[in-house]
Amino acid sequence: MSTTRTTGTAAIVGPGNIGTDLMFKLMRRSDVIEPRYMIGVDPASDGLRRAASVGLRASAEGVDWLLAQDELPDVVFECTSAKAHEANAPRYAEAGILAIDLTPAAVGPYLCPPVNLDFNLDAPNVNMITCGGQATTPMVKAVSSVVPVTYAEIVASISSRSAGPGTRANIDEFTETTSEALRVVGGADRGKAIVILNPVEPPLMMRNSVFCAIPAEAGEPGELQDRVLASIHAMVAEVQDYVPGYHLRADPQFDHARELWNGSARVFVPIEVKGRGDYLPDYAGNLDIITAAAARVGDLMVAHRLGVASTWKSSSELGDVPDPLVGAPAGAPAGV
Amino acid sequence: MGDMTIRPEDAPVVTHEVTESEVLAHTPAPGGERDLRITDSTLRDGSHAMQHQFTEEQVRGVVHALDAAGVQVIEVSHGDGLGGSSFNYGFSKVDEMRLVAAAVDEATQAKIAVLMLPGLGTVHDLKNAHAAGASVARIATHCTEADVSIQHFGAARALGMETVGFLMLSHKAAPAKLAEQARIMVDAGAQCVYVVDSAGALVLSDAQERITAVLDEVGAQAQVGFHGHQNLSLGIANSVLAYQAGARQIDGALCALGAGAGNSPTEVLAATFERMGIRTGVDLGEVLSAAEDVVRPFIPRLPWMDRASITQGYAGVYSSFLLHAERAAERYDVPAHEILAKVGEYGYVGGQEDMIIDIALQLAEERHQLVELGDLAGIGVR
Repeated sequence: MSTTRTTGTAAIVGPGNIGTDLMFKLMRRSDVIEPRYMIGVDPASDGLRRAASVGLRASAEGVDWLLAQDELPDVVFECTSAKAHEANAPRYAEAGILAIDLTPAAVGPYLCPPVNLDFNLDAPNVNMITCGGQATTPMVKAVSSVVPVTYAEIVASISSRSAGPGTRANIDEFTETTSEALRVVGGADRGKAIVILNPVEPPLMMRNSVFCAIPAEAGEPGELQDRVLASIHAMVAEVQDYVPGYHLRADPQFDHARELWNGSARVFVPIEVKGRGDYLPDYAGNLDIITAAAARVGDLMVAHRLGVASTWKSSSELGDVPDPLVGAPAGAPAGV
Repeated sequence: MGDMTIRPEDAPVVTHEVTESEVLAHTPAPGGERDLRITDSTLRDGSHAMQHQFTEEQVRGVVHALDAAGVQVIEVSHGDGLGGSSFNYGFSKVDEMRLVAAAVDEATQAKIAVLMLPGLGTVHDLKNAHAAGASVARIATHCTEADVSIQHFGAARALGMETVGFLMLSHKAAPAKLAEQARIMVDAGAQCVYVVDSAGALVLSDAQERITAVLDEVGAQAQVGFHGHQNLSLGIANSVLAYQAGARQIDGALCALGAGAGNSPTEVLAATFERMGIRTGVDLGEVLSAAEDVVRPFIPRLPWMDRASITQGYAGVYSSFLLHAERAAERYDVPAHEILAKVGEYGYVGGQEDMIIDIALQLAEERHQLVELGDLAGIGVR
C-alpha cells in the first residue's frame, strides 16, 4: 500500500438511479474518493452511458470485469440487489475492497453515519439499512442516549413515484430490516417499522414519524424532557450535515404516560426529508438520504484507511443549490 | 430502500393455477344455494370503533352468533390488519393471534379471515395467522399500489389459504385504473378482488362502474366483491348496486360496527337481499339477534353519520382516521371535521394516521395566529 496516496478510488456497481445519484454526490462532495468505475450488466443502460460521459470507466460486463482490472478500487458501492451482494461480498473481501452495501443483504453491520460509524471504521463491509432506517434511527438514538426507549416505532411515508419495483416486490424486507435497525442501531428494546406509499400528485416529500416509548418522567415538562429535546435537535443538525433537506416538520410532541402504553410516556418526532435534487427529484428524499449516507460513510472510511483527513463538503459549505449540470432526466419517473 | 431489482425468485410461489371452477367451489354460483356470500367484518373493521379493545369473550360471542346465523366468512384482526397494534393505530388489548385462534375455535362452519396491509404486516404475520387457524387471507393495498401485494398473495396461496384482494380508497382511482390494479392482484394469486369504499365516498353509480370495470377485467378468473361504508349513508344501496353489477362477495358488520360512520350493517344487508329474493344463506332472525343481543350491548357508541364522519365521505378520507382526528381535536383544541377536511385536501391514504398530528398542529398554529391578530370570527367565535 502506498503511504503517499491522499485519495482513493471507488466503483459503483449498479448503474440505476441510486448508483447515478451516488456518483454525482461523490463527485461533488468528497475530495477523498474519486469515482472511477461504473459497473452494470446491460450495455444499453442509461446509467452506464451517463457515467462514461462524466469520465468514469463504464462496463456492462459485471463484477468479473471489475475484479480483473489491474487497478482495483478502494471501495465498492453495491447498488444492485440483496442476492447480488450476497454473491459479490466474498469476492470484494478477498480482493481487499471495502464494500458499502445499499441493498438489504446486510452482510456487514447496519450503519448510520452519526450513530455508529465510529465503531465500524475498520469493518470490511457495512450495510446502509434502508431509507427509512437512515431517516429514523438517528432520532431513536437521540432519545435512547438520554432515556431508556422500551419500544420505538416509525412510519415512513414515501411518494409512490420514488418507490421502485425492487422495493415494491420486497416490501417486507423494508419493514423487517428497518424494525431490526431501530433496535440494533437506534438502541430501542423493540422496534416496529411501517411504510406507506402515497400516489398523490404533486408527489409528497418523504415523511417519517418516529414514536418512542419513554419513562413517565420524560413525558412531563422538566429537566429530563429538555435533555431529550436537546439531544433530538443536536442529532438533526448532525444529519443535516450530509442530508441538507432533513428537518423537523414540527416540534417533537410529548404525551403523558398511559396505562395502555404499559405506563410509558411517548415522544413523537415528525421528520421530513426533502431530496437535494442531485440527480433525482426533490420529493425522492428517501433515495437522497441513503445515497448521501453512503457517500458520507465512504468518504470517512476511505479517509480513515488512507490516514488522511476527510475533506467532506458539508451542506453549509456547498449551499443548498443543486448542480445545474446534473438535474433529473426530463420526464423520467424517479422510481428505481 | 437499497434493493432496486426484481429478482426471479421474487415471483409469487403459486402452488397451483387458479381455475374458475375452483373459485366457484368456494363461493356463490348460479344454481348453488346462495347468490352471494356475505363476509362479516365486525371483528376487524369494528376494531377501529372499539379502539382495538376487543376481548376474547366478545370475539367468541360474535363468532358464535354469526356462525349460527349462517355467515360463511368472519374477519378477525386489528382494524389496520395483522401487525396493526401500534402507537400509530392504537395498541390491541388482546393479541390478535389469540383472538383469531378463539374465533377458529368457536366457528363450526364459518371460515375465519384475516386482513393484512403490506408495509405494515408481513408474510411472517400471515404465517402466524394461518398457524392460528385462519383460512382466508385478505391482502389490502391503496387502490393504485397493488404491486406491493404480489409476494403476499404468493405466500398466502402457498399456505393453501383462500385469497382476497382489497383495493382501498377505491374512489381515488378511475374504473379503468382500478381494473388494471385488480389484474395485478389476480395475476399474483387473488381469487377475488374487492372494490373497497374505505371513505364511504362512492356515490351509487361510482360504485357500480368500478365493479363493472373490475369484473370485465378479471371476471373470468376471479370473483369481485364490495366493501361499503356508511359515511354518506350509501353502504347498503352501493352493495345492492354492486351485486346487480356482478359482485358476489359483500362485506358487512353487525350494528355497522366499523370505522367512520360504520360499515354496511350485516343485518340490514341480510334483510334487504332477502326482500329482493337474493339468497345470502344468512338467517335473518339469527343475524338480527346477533346485532341486537350480542354486539349492541358491548359497543361504547354506535357508529353514526355526524359532522366528522360525513366530512370523511364528502372529502374522501379513510374512515379509520375518525377517532384519531377526534383525539387530536381534543388534545390540540381544533375541530375534528377541519382536520379531516385537510386530510382529504392533502390526499393522505390509509395508514397515514400520523399525519393527523401534523395537521392538528398546523391548525392550532393558524388559530393561535388568528387570536393574536384579534380575529375572533376567524376561529369560530360568533
